[in-house]
Amino acid sequence: MQVKLLPQNQMLTFSGSMIVSILLKKLDLLPESVMVIRGTRLLTEEERIQADDTIEIRSVISGGV
Amino acid sequence: MKCTRCRERAELALRSHNAAFCRACFLIYFQRQVERTIRQDKMFTPDERILVAVSGGKDSLALWDILIEQGYQTEGFYLALGIAEYSSQSQQKAEAFAKKRQVNLRIVQLEQEAVPVPRAAQFTRRPACSACGTMKRHFFDQAAHDGGFHVLATGHNLDDEAARLLGNVLYWQTEYLARQKAVLEPSHPKFVRKVRPLYRLSELETAAYAFFQGIDYIIEECPNSAGATQLFYKDIMNRIDAKMPGSKRNLVQKFIHSAQSLFVMPEDSPPRECEKCGMPSYAPVCSFCSLVSEVERKHEQAQSTSKPEAHSSKQTDRAEQPHLHEVH
Repeated sequence: MQVKLLPQNQMLTFSGSMIVSILLKKLDLLPESVMVIRGTRLLTEEERIQADDTIEIRSVISGGV
Repeated sequence: MKCTRCRERAELALRSHNAAFCRACFLIYFQRQVERTIRQDKMFTPDERILVAVSGGKDSLALWDILIEQGYQTEGFYLALGIAEYSSQSQQKAEAFAKKRQVNLRIVQLEQEAVPVPRAAQFTRRPACSACGTMKRHFFDQAAHDGGFHVLATGHNLDDEAARLLGNVLYWQTEYLARQKAVLEPSHPKFVRKVRPLYRLSELETAAYAFFQGIDYIIEECPNSAGATQLFYKDIMNRIDAKMPGSKRNLVQKFIHSAQSLFVMPEDSPPRECEKCGMPSYAPVCSFCSLVSEVERKHEQAQSTSKPEAHSSKQTDRAEQPHLHEVH
């Protein structure tokens, strides 16, 4: 599967299919801190990402100071 | 995972609410949360004119979107900070939103009206975020006053408030805690009421709302925010909330509605108006005008050192109205 990380604009490749929560753990990302997007839909932690999927993981954390 | 309300396939799980929502039910939930906040915290009424401070990011555009949806009288205000590509992209997002929704957006360019944030950071010892905050407070206040608005609304969300609260408590900043309110009543006739209608909604919720509504917001972060303390505090709060879902929401809401009133503002009202810009001030010259003067002076010194014949012609009297570029 192809994973695009935003705003880093970084592409990652993982082999095989994977549950969203497992992928987030591998990337050390908290579920509350990102949206996992496949096409036009958001995926919950329980959903499986297929080997041929391309998904976007978009950070929702913003701020300064 | 199924939607808690309708049992359709869920797109978003909210651990702090022990709930999951499909797209349609989430939008209803979000709308009700904002409606309840505005009503319970007595933020504003449909008769009042609201100036929405927009940055081109998810929170401010989500706020503007839902206030439009709910029929409030709104206009947007965008302050172009002069932070290279980031500012031009965020301005484009704000302008595109205003055009699509057919609402009025007021734009002020710091480059023309004061000094851009990078120059302020370059010629003073202040961090860019500190200079940025001073500029924003000044121009937001001035735009709300000059435009005859009743209310200034900003897109601060639950995570912003939690991070701010954590920082204020860590150093017991009692003056800041006294000002950390969802509704800040004006302390001077030239100020308007300041409200934060999204303070009960997390960043994930505002981002999901923007995504579901098709709002094209700037995803890139401000380059000055890298390593910002607020981001560290947000990460800490999210890690606590991951272990104890709902704790972040509880912390903020209990503070706002119970503990906040224990902190009293030390001064009631700015006693005078700034000699230069005419806005309320505690000193003869307000912090904004002091900052701009310092930057202009040091910038001119630097220019005259490198190019003796070159002198800045920047106008220093800011009592005139800022030039507003409007998008319809």
